[in-house]
Amino acid sequence: MAQHRVVVVGGGLAGLAATMKLAELGVKVDLISLTPVKRSHSVCAQGGINSCNDQTRQLGDSEWKHFDDTVYGGDFLNHQPPCKEMAFWAPKVIDLMDRLGVPFNRTGEGFIDRRRFGGTLYKRTAFAGATTGQQLLYALDEQVRRQESEGMVKKYEFWDFLGPIQDETGRCRGVVAQDMVSMEIRAFPADAAVVATGGNGLLFGKSTMSVFCTGSAASRCFQAGAKFGNGEFIQVHPTAIPGADKLRLMSESARGEGGRVWVPRKPHDSRSPKEIPQADRSYFLEERYPKYGNLVPRDIATREIFDICVNEGLSVETDRMCVYLDLTHIPKAELDRKLGGILEIYEKFQGVDPRFEPMKIFPAVHYSMGGLWADYVKSADGGLLPGAPRNQMTNIEGLYAIGECDYHYHGANRLGANSLLSCIFSGLFIGPSITNYAANQKGGHAELPSSVIDASVASQQRRHAQLLKGSGGDENPYLIHQELGDVMTRSATVVRRNDQLREAIAQVDDLHQRALRVSLSDGGNWTNQNVIFAKAVQDMIPVAKTLLHGALQRDECRGAHYKPAFEKPSLTAEEPGERRRQAEQWCDEFEANNRRFLKSTIAVWDSNSNQPQISYEDVDTSLIPPRPRLYGLVGADVIEEVWKERAAARAEQKAAQPATA
Amino acid sequence: MIAPAPLKQNQPSQIRVRVLRQDGPGQDPYWQLFDIDYEREMNVISVLQKIAAKATTVDGKKVSPVAWDCGCLEEVCGSCTMVINGRVRQSCSALVDRLLQDNPDEIVLQPMTKFPVVRDLLIDRQRLFNSLKRVKAWVPVDSYYNLGPGERLPRVDQERAYPLSQCMSCGCCLEACPQFNKIELTQEAGETQEQFEARKQAAYDTAFIGAHAISQAMLFNQHPTGKALAGERLDALMGPGGVATCGNAQNCVAVCPKEIPLTTSIARAGRATTVAAIKNWFEGSGEKKEQRVGE
Ligand SMILES: Cc1cc2nc3c(=O)[nH]c(=O)nc-3n(C[C@H](O)[C@H](O)[C@H](O)COP(=O)(O)OP(=O)(O)OC[C@H]3O[C@@H](n4cnc5c(N)ncnc54)[C@H](O)[C@@H]3O)c2cc1C
Ligand code: SF4
Ligand code: SF4
Ligand code: FES
Repeated sequence: MAQHRVVVVGGGLAGLAATMKLAELGVKVDLISLTPVKRSHSVCAQGGINSCNDQTRQLGDSEWKHFDDTVYGGDFLNHQPPCKEMAFWAPKVIDLMDRLGVPFNRTGEGFIDRRRFGGTLYKRTAFAGATTGQQLLYALDEQVRRQESEGMVKKYEFWDFLGPIQDETGRCRGVVAQDMVSMEIRAFPADAAVVATGGNGLLFGKSTMSVFCTGSAASRCFQAGAKFGNGEFIQVHPTAIPGADKLRLMSESARGEGGRVWVPRKPHDSRSPKEIPQADRSYFLEERYPKYGNLVPRDIATREIFDICVNEGLSVETDRMCVYLDLTHIPKAELDRKLGGILEIYEKFQGVDPRFEPMKIFPAVHYSMGGLWADYVKSADGGLLPGAPRNQMTNIEGLYAIGECDYHYHGANRLGANSLLSCIFSGLFIGPSITNYAANQKGGHAELPSSVIDASVASQQRRHAQLLKGSGGDENPYLIHQELGDVMTRSATVVRRNDQLREAIAQVDDLHQRALRVSLSDGGNWTNQNVIFAKAVQDMIPVAKTLLHGALQRDECRGAHYKPAFEKPSLTAEEPGERRRQAEQWCDEFEANNRRFLKSTIAVWDSNSNQPQISYEDVDTSLIPPRPRLYGLVGADVIEEVWKERAAARAEQKAAQPATA
Repeated sequence: MIAPAPLKQNQPSQIRVRVLRQDGPGQDPYWQLFDIDYEREMNVISVLQKIAAKATTVDGKKVSPVAWDCGCLEEVCGSCTMVINGRVRQSCSALVDRLLQDNPDEIVLQPMTKFPVVRDLLIDRQRLFNSLKRVKAWVPVDSYYNLGPGERLPRVDQERAYPLSQCMSCGCCLEACPQFNKIELTQEAGETQEQFEARKQAAYDTAFIGAHAISQAMLFNQHPTGKALAGERLDALMGPGGVATCGNAQNCVAVCPKEIPLTTSIARAGRATTVAAIKNWFEGSGEKKEQRVGE
């Protein structure tokens, strides 16, 4: 067998898992990353990683229920075969990470401890202190270092991926990347390429993500012809600490332990919060949701906080949007015991002690559910066929996408603690698929014609040279990024309105023109961060457009995509017969809406018009039939009753079919 | 934790920032001054972002933006280490208001001094990662196949391992260490890239390994499976640039942003290497090596 060579772009959890698995399978790996892989964004994850486990199993949990929670949480936009496979692999993933030395928290008896996360009734989440992502990433980083010292892996850190190399048939034969120190641009010929380059929070200016999360790598694949799926689905976390440079996550547990959210009733009350008497405060979550109070689910908390600041103008501050998250009524000793770690984060970065002064918080973009379209091969039992070359392959043959930059695991909304899982799972699972693919190819990395290599490198060199030379324009890439972030945050985060989306599309079109006329303050060819950033900003825009168009065309509410104009109403009738009739109608409309919108949004980039072309693809919902999410709706019980009857009728019909066929 | 002192009410409208710049390896460093608009709740990262966007010095001269490194912006990735007002630390957790309390006149930013400067505040920390290879800082599992869970681990062991496992390879401990000296090599005429890399590697492999790697060696030596390589890790720590080089100045532990008990790790490594050395002496080191091959 010829020695295979694969290039992996990105060394977060997904990229590292793929790298070590490929190395184990005897494949030589070139690993490319913007940053030393140990510093990848995955280190930021705090909460944990999900799997069904011995403890939950005895309470009735199963891999199937984890799968069900995943697709229910995702409002059924997840592709079910990969989600099923992931849920069934989850316990094995945790076992492996345990063997690799991840210091998961332990029970008194020495078993892995678990906590409960949102969207489930079971304690499925394994965690390592408050730095689970860091600990998981380090375990994989260590294994990759081990493979590196055995000569299986070569790392290219501080390298920027510029695009896939495609031969005349369109097949991916490697990548082109640029050394961010020497600025050298070179080709990495390979039998297959994997992009594992994470999310795109920087489209929104600031988010809870790291500065590396520009989405530029996925965009470069998209512009090269890869399809982009579900771009409009962006998860926004309700409570983050607004900072000048970043929005840092403030854990939900602050509200869990009794934190109260409020704003002064008088807009921009200039008194310090402690001087504002109770009567002058609006505890708006408690007022609007007396039953759940401050512990309403994430998406509702997010919308309400957004609404009170944006639409009611009651932000605590004039120049920045935020509300108070107040813990000062809780005894200090209790706070230290229960929330010590997260309060220290606030204090460290804000210089204010939240035990004595209310915190200021605001929702922040947190996760990209959408990403590069990727394929899979379904197995007879409804999961994935292990080793099938098409698993995780994009529509560009030989180019694979895994981790946060793929699109099919988290549907319309990601379940907490499921992302670390999907990253490691997809990274491990892809190994045999790639070796099988490579084994069946005629031309390997060594046979790539130099003409193809030269053309790919030359086109990137042209782009680079043009940027350094300048186009005669005087646009500043940093300011364009800021403006893009403002437009995207205003129009495409929590609440979406078609008029605002249309306006945003026009503004981003304009920004696109301007981004092509950037002038750099550094024209040099040594460690030029200016030109790297300018390219990233230019490449953010196609994804931003995709996101806006996807959101505009999706006239419904689903998961994180919330359009009040298309919200399904509660039932209004009191009289049981009429209420039942309304419920029937509600279900009819729900089904009609699903026929139209229970689809993956698929974008392809049209480089002539510089616009995305949007179409829709069916979602594989063959294992768990979609059902309505009825949280907090008036009349939910009747709707559910009607829905169950219909589901039962459908099941009966289905059961009868094979007999007659 | 002490409640922070209340911050001054009257903040300046502008802040002066003094940056030690260097255009590339081997070039002369020079200072540049920048004035930027003051905002509340800034950290050194947002200061540098403002400098990047403006790229103009106090005398109105257009300059190239300052190069620097950052990632998570929440002190867990280890990217953004620099020397700020004379002290090595992470720039993302360096709050401007606090810095101004200590020195209202200016904020002084310098690159780390123990690593080669690539450009401005950006330094080359390859050597730091190389040290992790020297001590084989990994668990030597058989394979990545599903072979069931790892060993059960008492809570006390997890609680001992977790703090060490938080090391983010920032290098603060190395910058502060009097025994850790800069190695900066340049490619010689006629030397290929590979030859140069090999020469660098050889120099790194014999120089002082540093507190972070000693601590990682101790972390993996206490892991149930990691232990299998304990002898090799101790050998590395007994070699040139090993734990004996440490002068016990304890500067490292004072600057570690993760408050890792480095001196405890160093003391443990010292004891373990002494025991191993005595054992080697009794067994004869040649014999011991053969034995290992045979095991
Ligand atoms: C604050 C926070 C907390 C979170 N907590 C949790 C949690 O508790 N549980 C959970 O399941 N999920 C959590 N998540 C989500 C989860 O952390 C991420 O989805 C996951 O880590 C993504 O991993 P990844 O491997 O796909 O990409 P990343 O870790 O983002 O890695 C991307 C890699 O690609 C490289 N790269 C990117 N662009 C380029 C380019 N142009 N050229 C070269 N290389 C490039 C980067 O250098 C990096 O190595 C959290 C997210 C945030 C922001
Ligand atoms: S104790 Fe050792 S490692 Fe730490 S600073 Fe001192 S000499 Fe360096
Ligand atoms: S031991 Fe501490 S100071 Fe040293 S590299 Fe690790 S985290 Fe940084
Ligand atoms: S940016 Fe990650 S530690 Fe400062």
